[in-house]
Amino acid sequence: MKFAVQVNEGPYQHQASDSAYQFTKAALEKGHEIFRVFFYHDGVNNATKLTTPPQDDRNIVDRWSELAQQHNLDLVVCVAAAQRRGIVDEGEAKRNGKDAENIAPGFRISGLGQLVEAGIQADRLVVFGD
Amino acid sequence: MSEEEMMDDEVVKKFMFVNRRAPYGSIYALESLEVVLIAAAFDQDVSLVFSDDGVFQLKKGQETEGVGMKNFSPTYRALEMYDVEKLYVSKASMDERGLTKDDLIVDVEVLGDEALADLMDDQDVIFSF
Amino acid sequence: MSILHTVNKSPFEKSSLDSCLKLAKAGSGVLLIEDGVYGALKGTAREAQIKEAAQNLKLYVLGPDLNARGMTGERVIDGIEIVDYAGFVDLAADHDKVNAWL
Repeated sequence: MKFAVQVNEGPYQHQASDSAYQFTKAALEKGHEIFRVFFYHDGVNNATKLTTPPQDDRNIVDRWSELAQQHNLDLVVCVAAAQRRGIVDEGEAKRNGKDAENIAPGFRISGLGQLVEAGIQADRLVVFGD
Repeated sequence: MSEEEMMDDEVVKKFMFVNRRAPYGSIYALESLEVVLIAAAFDQDVSLVFSDDGVFQLKKGQETEGVGMKNFSPTYRALEMYDVEKLYVSKASMDERGLTKDDLIVDVEVLGDEALADLMDDQDVIFSF
Repeated sequence: MSILHTVNKSPFEKSSLDSCLKLAKAGSGVLLIEDGVYGALKGTAREAQIKEAAQNLKLYVLGPDLNARGMTGERVIDGIEIVDYAGFVDLAADHDKVNAWL
Protein backbone atom coordinates (compact mmCIF):
# COMPACT_ATOMS: atom_id res chain seq x y z
CA MET A 1 0.00 0.00 0.00
CA LYS A 2 1.07 3.58 -0.70
CA PHE A 3 1.24 5.88 2.32
CA ALA A 4 1.71 9.63 2.49
CA VAL A 5 2.81 11.16 5.78
CA GLN A 6 2.35 14.77 6.89
CA VAL A 7 4.39 16.28 9.73
CA ASN A 8 3.04 19.52 11.23
CA GLU A 9 5.45 20.14 14.11
CA GLY A 10 9.15 20.76 14.47
CA PRO A 11 11.58 18.36 16.13
CA TYR A 12 12.03 18.14 19.92
CA GLN A 13 9.21 20.54 20.87
CA HIS A 14 6.51 17.96 20.13
CA GLN A 15 6.46 14.19 19.63
CA ALA A 16 4.84 14.50 16.19
CA SER A 17 8.06 14.13 14.20
CA ASP A 18 9.16 11.15 16.32
CA SER A 19 5.80 9.46 15.84
CA ALA A 20 5.87 10.15 12.10
CA TYR A 21 9.39 8.70 11.89
CA GLN A 22 8.46 5.53 13.79
CA PHE A 23 5.34 5.12 11.68
CA THR A 24 7.24 5.63 8.42
CA LYS A 25 9.97 3.18 9.46
CA ALA A 26 7.41 0.55 10.49
CA ALA A 27 5.53 0.98 7.20
CA LEU A 28 8.73 0.53 5.19
CA GLU A 29 9.67 -2.53 7.25
CA LYS A 30 6.29 -4.04 6.42
CA GLY A 31 7.00 -3.57 2.73
CA HIS A 32 4.68 -0.62 2.15
CA GLU A 33 5.61 2.27 -0.10
CA ILE A 34 5.99 5.77 1.33
CA PHE A 35 4.91 8.03 -1.51
CA ARG A 36 6.10 11.15 0.26
CA VAL A 37 6.67 12.71 3.67
CA PHE A 38 5.48 16.30 3.62
CA PHE A 39 6.66 18.81 6.23
CA TYR A 40 4.29 21.69 6.91
CA HIS A 41 3.74 24.40 9.53
CA ASP A 42 6.62 24.21 12.07
CA GLY A 43 7.32 20.75 10.65
CA VAL A 44 9.65 22.47 8.18
CA ASN A 45 12.11 22.84 11.08
CA ASN A 46 12.80 19.12 10.77
CA ALA A 47 14.82 20.01 7.68
CA THR A 48 17.55 22.26 9.06
CA LYS A 49 21.01 20.73 9.04
CA LEU A 50 22.08 23.23 11.71
CA THR A 51 20.28 21.17 14.35
CA THR A 52 22.74 20.10 17.04
CA PRO A 53 21.11 18.05 19.82
CA PRO A 54 23.13 16.81 22.84
CA GLN A 55 25.12 13.68 22.04
CA ASP A 56 23.01 11.38 24.20
CA ASP A 57 19.80 12.37 22.40
CA ARG A 58 18.46 11.22 19.05
CA ASN A 59 19.27 13.43 16.08
CA ILE A 60 15.83 13.79 14.53
CA VAL A 61 17.06 15.61 11.42
CA ASP A 62 19.86 13.12 10.67
CA ARG A 63 17.48 10.26 11.31
CA TRP A 64 15.12 11.52 8.58
CA SER A 65 18.06 12.12 6.23
CA GLU A 66 19.36 8.59 6.79
CA LEU A 67 15.95 7.01 6.29
CA ALA A 68 15.58 9.00 3.08
CA GLN A 69 18.92 7.75 1.84
CA GLN A 70 18.25 4.11 2.73
CA HIS A 71 14.79 3.99 1.17
CA ASN A 72 14.96 6.71 -1.45
CA LEU A 73 12.25 8.61 0.44
CA ASP A 74 10.82 11.83 -0.91
CA LEU A 75 11.03 14.32 1.97
CA VAL A 76 9.33 17.54 0.89
CA VAL A 77 9.37 20.80 2.80
CA CYS A 78 6.65 23.36 2.00
CA VAL A 79 8.30 26.39 0.44
CA ALA A 80 5.94 29.02 1.86
CA ALA A 81 6.10 27.59 5.38
CA ALA A 82 9.89 27.19 5.06
CA GLN A 83 10.45 30.77 3.91
CA ARG A 84 8.51 32.09 6.89
CA ARG A 85 10.69 30.08 9.24
CA GLY A 86 14.11 30.48 7.65
CA ILE A 87 14.61 27.08 6.04
CA VAL A 88 16.34 27.57 2.69
CA ASP A 89 18.14 25.57 0.04
CA GLU A 90 20.72 27.02 -2.31
CA GLY A 91 18.20 28.12 -4.91
CA GLU A 92 15.89 29.77 -2.39
CA ALA A 93 18.84 31.50 -0.73
CA LYS A 94 19.95 32.95 -4.06
CA ARG A 95 16.42 33.97 -5.05
CA ASN A 96 15.82 35.75 -1.76
CA GLY A 97 19.24 37.33 -1.37
CA LYS A 98 20.28 35.25 1.65
CA ASP A 99 23.93 34.45 2.29
CA ALA A 100 23.37 30.94 3.64
CA GLU A 101 21.36 27.79 3.09
CA ASN A 102 20.52 25.22 5.75
CA ILE A 103 18.57 22.38 4.15
CA ALA A 104 19.59 18.93 5.38
CA PRO A 105 20.47 16.11 2.95
CA GLY A 106 17.51 14.17 1.61
CA PHE A 107 15.04 17.04 1.98
CA ARG A 108 13.81 19.17 -0.89
CA ILE A 109 11.83 22.39 -0.86
CA SER A 110 8.73 22.51 -3.02
CA GLY A 111 5.17 23.79 -3.17
CA LEU A 112 1.96 22.83 -1.43
CA GLY A 113 0.94 21.12 -4.64
CA GLN A 114 3.19 18.29 -3.47
CA LEU A 115 0.94 17.74 -0.46
CA VAL A 116 -2.18 17.79 -2.59
CA GLU A 117 -0.56 15.39 -5.05
CA ALA A 118 0.36 13.10 -2.14
CA GLY A 119 -3.29 13.15 -1.09
CA ILE A 120 -4.32 12.19 -4.61
CA GLN A 121 -1.69 9.55 -5.30
CA ALA A 122 -1.35 7.81 -1.95
CA ASP A 123 -3.84 5.25 -0.66
CA ARG A 124 -3.68 6.74 2.83
CA LEU A 125 -2.60 10.08 4.28
CA VAL A 126 -1.48 9.95 7.90
CA VAL A 127 -1.07 13.29 9.68
CA PHE A 128 1.10 13.90 12.74
CA GLY A 129 0.94 17.20 14.59
CA ASP A 130 0.12 19.05 17.78
CA MET B 1 5.28 15.68 -12.20
CA SER B 2 4.47 19.37 -12.74
CA GLU B 3 1.32 20.91 -11.34
CA GLU B 4 -0.04 21.43 -14.87
CA GLU B 5 0.31 17.74 -15.61
CA MET B 6 -1.41 16.92 -12.35
CA MET B 7 -4.32 19.16 -13.25
CA ASP B 8 -4.89 17.09 -16.34
CA ASP B 9 -5.00 14.00 -14.19
CA GLU B 10 -8.42 12.37 -14.18
CA VAL B 11 -8.33 11.45 -10.51
CA VAL B 12 -10.74 13.51 -8.45
CA LYS B 13 -10.79 12.72 -4.78
CA LYS B 14 -13.02 13.98 -2.03
CA PHE B 15 -10.75 16.10 0.15
CA MET B 16 -11.98 17.25 3.52
CA PHE B 17 -10.19 19.93 5.48
CA VAL B 18 -11.07 19.81 9.14
CA ASN B 19 -10.50 23.16 10.85
CA ARG B 20 -10.61 22.89 14.62
CA ARG B 21 -8.40 25.81 15.67
CA ALA B 22 -9.02 29.47 16.35
CA PRO B 23 -7.27 32.03 14.12
CA TYR B 24 -4.25 34.19 15.13
CA GLY B 25 -3.38 32.30 18.34
CA SER B 26 -1.53 29.90 16.05
CA ILE B 27 -0.81 29.73 12.33
CA TYR B 28 -2.78 26.55 11.59
CA ALA B 29 -5.91 28.34 10.32
CA LEU B 30 -3.97 30.52 7.90
CA GLU B 31 -1.71 27.78 6.54
CA SER B 32 -4.65 25.38 6.25
CA LEU B 33 -6.39 27.91 4.02
CA GLU B 34 -3.32 27.98 1.78
CA VAL B 35 -3.62 24.23 1.21
CA VAL B 36 -7.33 24.57 0.47
CA LEU B 37 -6.61 27.05 -2.33
CA ILE B 38 -4.00 24.73 -3.85
CA ALA B 39 -6.29 21.70 -3.59
CA ALA B 40 -8.98 23.68 -5.42
CA ALA B 41 -6.46 24.48 -8.18
CA PHE B 42 -5.95 20.72 -8.56
CA ASP B 43 -9.66 20.37 -9.27
CA GLN B 44 -10.34 18.14 -6.31
CA ASP B 45 -13.74 17.84 -4.65
CA VAL B 46 -12.99 20.04 -1.64
CA SER B 47 -15.05 20.34 1.54
CA LEU B 48 -14.23 22.46 4.57
CA VAL B 49 -15.49 21.64 8.01
CA PHE B 50 -15.29 24.12 10.87
CA SER B 51 -15.72 22.55 14.28
CA ASP B 52 -14.55 23.12 17.83
CA ASP B 53 -12.60 26.42 17.96
CA GLY B 54 -12.35 26.31 14.16
CA VAL B 55 -15.77 28.01 14.02
CA PHE B 56 -14.07 31.19 15.31
CA GLN B 57 -12.14 31.39 12.03
CA LEU B 58 -15.34 32.51 10.32
CA LYS B 59 -16.29 35.24 12.80
CA LYS B 60 -17.25 38.49 11.06
CA GLY B 61 -15.52 41.75 11.76
CA GLN B 62 -11.95 40.60 12.41
CA GLU B 63 -9.75 43.69 12.94
CA THR B 64 -6.10 42.77 13.20
CA GLU B 65 -4.39 46.18 13.10
CA GLY B 66 -3.99 46.16 16.85
CA VAL B 67 -2.04 42.88 16.87
CA GLY B 68 -0.03 43.74 13.79
CA MET B 69 -1.03 40.56 11.97
CA LYS B 70 -2.54 40.10 8.53
CA ASN B 71 -6.32 39.72 8.51
CA PHE B 72 -6.84 36.67 6.35
CA SER B 73 -10.59 36.32 6.94
CA PRO B 74 -11.53 37.91 3.57
CA THR B 75 -10.00 34.81 1.95
CA TYR B 76 -12.96 32.75 3.19
CA ARG B 77 -15.22 35.00 1.13
CA ALA B 78 -12.98 34.50 -1.91
CA LEU B 79 -13.24 30.70 -1.73
CA GLU B 80 -16.26 30.77 -3.99
CA MET B 81 -14.11 32.11 -6.83
CA TYR B 82 -11.97 29.01 -6.48
CA ASP B 83 -15.08 26.83 -6.70
CA VAL B 84 -14.76 25.89 -3.05
CA GLU B 85 -18.40 26.04 -2.06
CA LYS B 86 -18.82 23.20 0.39
CA LEU B 87 -18.42 24.88 3.75
CA TYR B 88 -19.85 23.10 6.76
CA VAL B 89 -20.03 24.24 10.35
CA SER B 90 -20.71 22.12 13.40
CA LYS B 91 -23.93 23.23 15.05
CA ALA B 92 -22.84 21.87 18.42
CA SER B 93 -19.54 23.77 18.27
CA MET B 94 -21.32 27.00 17.31
CA ASP B 95 -23.92 26.62 20.06
CA GLU B 96 -21.24 25.90 22.65
CA ARG B 97 -19.44 29.09 21.70
CA GLY B 98 -22.48 31.34 21.57
CA LEU B 99 -22.25 31.89 17.81
CA THR B 100 -25.04 31.91 15.24
CA LYS B 101 -24.96 31.90 11.45
CA ASP B 102 -25.29 35.70 11.55
CA ASP B 103 -21.87 35.92 13.18
CA LEU B 104 -20.18 34.26 10.23
CA ILE B 105 -18.41 35.97 7.36
CA VAL B 106 -19.60 33.46 4.73
CA ASP B 107 -22.65 31.42 3.98
CA VAL B 108 -22.27 27.94 5.39
CA GLU B 109 -24.27 24.81 5.91
CA VAL B 110 -24.81 24.13 9.60
CA LEU B 111 -24.73 20.43 10.43
CA GLY B 112 -25.50 18.32 13.46
CA ASP B 113 -23.04 15.70 14.70
CA GLU B 114 -24.66 12.84 12.84
CA ALA B 115 -24.61 14.63 9.49
CA LEU B 116 -21.00 15.68 10.07
CA ALA B 117 -20.02 12.11 10.89
CA ASP B 118 -21.69 10.89 7.68
CA LEU B 119 -19.91 13.58 5.68
CA MET B 120 -16.53 12.56 7.09
CA ASP B 121 -17.26 8.96 6.31
CA ASP B 122 -17.95 9.88 2.71
CA GLN B 123 -14.48 11.42 2.10
CA ASP B 124 -11.39 9.96 0.46
CA VAL B 125 -8.77 12.02 2.30
CA ILE B 126 -9.00 14.01 5.54
CA PHE B 127 -6.50 16.82 6.15
CA SER B 128 -5.97 17.97 9.71
CA PHE B 129 -3.97 20.97 10.82
CA MET C 1 -16.28 3.10 4.54
CA SER C 2 -14.48 3.17 7.85
CA ILE C 3 -12.20 5.69 9.48
CA LEU C 4 -9.25 5.20 11.78
CA HIS C 5 -9.30 8.16 14.15
CA THR C 6 -6.09 9.06 15.95
CA VAL C 7 -6.12 11.12 19.15
CA ASN C 8 -2.84 12.46 20.52
CA LYS C 9 -4.07 14.71 23.34
CA SER C 10 -4.62 13.90 26.98
CA PRO C 11 -8.37 14.02 27.67
CA PHE C 12 -7.54 15.73 30.96
CA GLU C 13 -6.15 18.75 29.13
CA LYS C 14 -7.83 19.00 25.73
CA SER C 15 -11.22 18.19 24.23
CA SER C 16 -9.89 16.29 21.18
CA LEU C 17 -11.00 12.91 22.49
CA ASP C 18 -14.50 14.22 23.25
CA SER C 19 -14.77 15.73 19.78
CA CYS C 20 -13.54 12.52 18.20
CA LEU C 21 -15.94 10.31 20.12
CA LYS C 22 -18.87 12.58 19.18
CA LEU C 23 -18.15 12.21 15.46
CA ALA C 24 -16.77 8.67 15.23
CA LYS C 25 -19.36 6.42 13.69
CA ALA C 26 -20.13 2.98 15.07
CA GLY C 27 -17.64 0.46 13.77
CA SER C 28 -14.79 2.87 13.25
CA GLY C 29 -11.45 2.64 15.04
CA VAL C 30 -9.91 5.05 17.53
CA LEU C 31 -6.18 4.84 18.19
CA LEU C 32 -4.79 6.72 21.19
CA ILE C 33 -1.20 7.87 20.66
CA GLU C 34 1.29 10.24 22.34
CA ASP C 35 -0.45 12.01 25.27
CA GLY C 36 -3.72 10.50 24.04
CA VAL C 37 -2.75 7.23 25.75
CA TYR C 38 -3.81 8.68 29.13
CA GLY C 39 -7.38 8.26 27.91
CA ALA C 40 -6.93 4.47 27.88
CA LEU C 41 -6.26 4.07 31.59
CA LYS C 42 -8.34 2.36 34.25
CA GLY C 43 -9.41 4.19 37.35
CA THR C 44 -9.55 7.67 35.86
CA ALA C 45 -12.43 10.12 35.68
CA ARG C 46 -12.69 9.22 31.98
CA GLU C 47 -12.98 5.46 32.36
CA ALA C 48 -16.78 5.30 32.20
CA GLN C 49 -16.91 7.49 29.08
CA ILE C 50 -14.29 5.36 27.31
CA LYS C 51 -16.00 2.12 28.25
CA GLU C 52 -19.25 3.43 26.86
CA ALA C 53 -17.55 4.49 23.64
CA ALA C 54 -15.97 1.03 23.38
CA GLN C 55 -19.42 -0.50 22.95
CA ASN C 56 -19.70 0.97 19.45
CA LEU C 57 -16.10 1.67 18.50
CA LYS C 58 -12.93 -0.36 18.40
CA LEU C 59 -10.36 1.27 20.66
CA TYR C 60 -6.59 0.88 20.41
CA VAL C 61 -3.65 2.36 22.29
CA LEU C 62 -0.05 2.65 21.13
CA GLY C 63 2.09 0.50 23.45
CA PRO C 64 5.41 2.34 23.01
CA ASP C 65 3.71 5.61 24.02
CA LEU C 66 2.17 3.93 27.07
CA ASN C 67 5.48 2.43 28.14
CA ALA C 68 7.35 5.71 27.65
CA ARG C 69 4.94 7.26 30.14
CA GLY C 70 5.47 4.59 32.80
CA MET C 71 2.26 2.73 32.03
CA THR C 72 1.82 -0.94 31.20
CA GLY C 73 -0.98 -3.05 29.80
CA GLU C 74 -2.27 -3.81 33.30
CA ARG C 75 -3.38 -0.21 33.62
CA VAL C 76 -5.28 -0.25 30.33
CA ILE C 77 -9.07 -0.60 30.31
CA ASP C 78 -10.13 -4.13 29.33
CA GLY C 79 -11.08 -4.35 25.69
CA ILE C 80 -8.69 -1.67 24.48
CA GLU C 81 -6.16 -3.35 22.24
CA ILE C 82 -2.50 -2.45 22.62
CA VAL C 83 -0.61 -2.13 19.32
CA ASP C 84 2.95 -1.23 18.33
CA TYR C 85 3.97 0.95 15.37
CA ALA C 86 3.62 -2.01 13.00
CA GLY C 87 0.09 -2.43 14.36
CA PHE C 88 -0.54 1.28 13.77
CA VAL C 89 0.50 0.77 10.13
CA ASP C 90 -1.84 -2.23 9.84
CA LEU C 91 -4.73 -0.22 11.29
CA ALA C 92 -4.09 2.64 8.87
CA ALA C 93 -4.07 0.16 5.99
CA ASP C 94 -7.16 -1.72 7.16
CA HIS C 95 -9.32 1.40 7.43
CA ASP C 96 -10.30 3.46 4.38
CA LYS C 97 -8.79 6.65 5.72
CA VAL C 98 -7.17 8.18 8.76
CA ASN C 99 -8.46 11.23 10.60
CA ALA C 100 -6.04 12.86 13.03
CA TRP C 101 -7.74 14.81 15.84
CA LEU C 102 -4.89 17.24 16.41
